[in-house]
Amino acid sequence: MHLSFLFAAYTVVWVGLFIYIISLSRRSRALEREVEELRALLAKRQ
Amino acid sequence: MDKRFASNVIDAVLPAVTLAAMLAAIYAVFVYVPTDTFQGPVQRVFYVHMAMWLPTFTAFGLVAVASVLYLWRGQRVWDRLGRSAAEVGLLFCSLGLITGSIWARPIWGTWWTWDPRLTLTLVLWMIYATYLLLRNLSTDPNQGSTFAAILGVSGVVDLFLIYKAVYWWRGIHPAVLVNRQGGSGLEDPRMKLTLLVCLLGFFLLSAWLLRLRMRGARLQDTVDDLRELLTQHS
Repeated sequence: MHLSFLFAAYTVVWVGLFIYIISLSRRSRALEREVEELRALLAKRQ
Repeated sequence: MDKRFASNVIDAVLPAVTLAAMLAAIYAVFVYVPTDTFQGPVQRVFYVHMAMWLPTFTAFGLVAVASVLYLWRGQRVWDRLGRSAAEVGLLFCSLGLITGSIWARPIWGTWWTWDPRLTLTLVLWMIYATYLLLRNLSTDPNQGSTFAAILGVSGVVDLFLIYKAVYWWRGIHPAVLVNRQGGSGLEDPRMKLTLLVCLLGFFLLSAWLLRLRMRGARLQDTVDDLRELLTQHS
């Protein structure tokens, strides 16, 4: 019946998309923190 | 309408509409659509496999447009769009290649074959993987962006060849939307509707991912600007 192939295909797609969304969200949060830190540092120096 | 307000509305509506379309796609693939007489349940892989290519082609098309505009005007917004679309396109292209391979094993008896369309798609994957590598490895960001933009434009030729490959060359990859005789490769209307819902769902998902990725790219540019300002002040 090849059900394992059907399961594998959809698992790969959902896991792949999930990992990408998590990585995008983490990168964004890290960058937001960095922007805040850099702005604070710049304000101090000015 | 205020630009910021419109952006907030899109940010609120797009994920919800995407989720609804994805749920409809799951229902259509696993409940609504009939099982293919010849291929059996594994034919259902086809819907997700096909749905990967609309976001792939759209994203790589966007890379080409953004690359031309970046080379012409040199504005960072086009560079951001190019690199964001390339990343999203590469994700969908990778998933398309993997799901195609999983479908091919039980149907063709092999994970991979050097069919013209498959080979050209692998070349496409390599073009845009190189595009992203060029940007990440370049020590001079402007030079990296320019070289990547040239590559981004040239990738369009491969997109056209992939579309035409099943009609021009003898291969084993099926022509699904419009077969070689000019008719549709999907006879049952429920199969056509399921494919349409999947195409819509994954297209919306790619649009949402592109928005998220663009936001990240904007933040990265802000970080670069602030670092440069700090260097000037030190």
